[in-house]
Amino acid sequence: MWKWLHPYAKPEKSYQLAGKLLPWFVVLTVITFIIGLLWGLLFAPADYQQGDSFRIIYIHVPAAMMAMGAYSSMAIAAFVALVWQIRLAEMTVAATAPIGAVFTFIALFTGAAWGKPMWGAWWVWDARLTSELILLFVYLGIIALYNAFSDKVLAGRAASILTLVGVINLPVIHYSVVWWNTLHQGPTISKFGKPSMAVEMLWPLLIMIAAFATLLGALILMRFRNEILTRESHRPWVRQLALNNVKITGKN
Amino acid sequence: MNPRRKKRLLITSFLAVALSLAVGLVLFALQQNIDLFYTPTEIIEGKKETGIKPEVGQRLRIGGMVVQGSVKRNPESLKVSFDLVDNGGGIVTVFFDGILPDLFREGQGIVAQGHLLNATQINASEVLAKHDEEYMPPEVSEALVGMDNFKANNK
Repeated sequence: MWKWLHPYAKPEKSYQLAGKLLPWFVVLTVITFIIGLLWGLLFAPADYQQGDSFRIIYIHVPAAMMAMGAYSSMAIAAFVALVWQIRLAEMTVAATAPIGAVFTFIALFTGAAWGKPMWGAWWVWDARLTSELILLFVYLGIIALYNAFSDKVLAGRAASILTLVGVINLPVIHYSVVWWNTLHQGPTISKFGKPSMAVEMLWPLLIMIAAFATLLGALILMRFRNEILTRESHRPWVRQLALNNVKITGKN
Repeated sequence: MNPRRKKRLLITSFLAVALSLAVGLVLFALQQNIDLFYTPTEIIEGKKETGIKPEVGQRLRIGGMVVQGSVKRNPESLKVSFDLVDNGGGIVTVFFDGILPDLFREGQGIVAQGHLLNATQINASEVLAKHDEEYMPPEVSEALVGMDNFKANNK
């Protein structure tokens, strides 16, 4: 059943596949970002209570969702890396962590900028905000741990274990607004039943979520390719690739 | 799957399960401390599970809906007082001296930080507005004959 996957365990094959997928992700990212941002920031109606300030939702929610999405994909990769000991999965973990950290930071920053005018405070130690901050620290911990070892095999394994440990934070973040009293409002679109958002506001949000998802995909592919080249730099195929590049640029 | 992989799979899965169990128990034990605020009913009757009541003078946060027509402003200063209510029906009066957030209005959910003066009165040092997860254009909200009434009827 998984036979078709086997060739991609070779870094060279994976590198090429990532290279082929990358342009598609970039194109989709650009298109969805243009549509989503214009629609959300210019054409969607203002909120009945929050006025135009609510438009921060078009950055805040997709960033937060993808921060968690990036972590879930890292956790799956870490699990695969630990059980089947596939080096490429470790590289995926290492490649994704900094991107996820930046997305988490964007979510926290836009959340603070939204909280000041609406709630009246930049920061409140409620369960949602605190658990999201912990996610940022977990990301930073994974990055630091991976870079602390000069032996990258060991580094990949340690980072994978830490990733799996931190995965418990994901359900806590998601359900924090349900389990406890928080200042942060409850879920709008991910709850069961009808989303409590007007349709003409919801559509641009869904497009922005798609935009952030493809952006995340594109960035992961780029960093994944980079990671492969760094870790495989002693291999003949990487040297050949580098030589070819020198030849091409040498002509100019 | 070869035996080594099977063993690693078992160890990893066991680790994940044990860890989530541990964190689950920790969060369960900390339940009351993670709540950001007391509701008015909890201040009067105590927390639902434990029945723990806040003591007079205790610093705490309270969260609830501002009762219609209960906001009293002092015309000479920024002093303001209002009543908070929740689904349980308890009513607590909040006194505040300062600038209220823009979203503050009657029928709005708010969170106030302060200390308990007596069983049903709180002196607040900070008032934060809590908005809900509903997003809609103003026309829609007007069509619902004012969100506040709509909310009140739903209760």
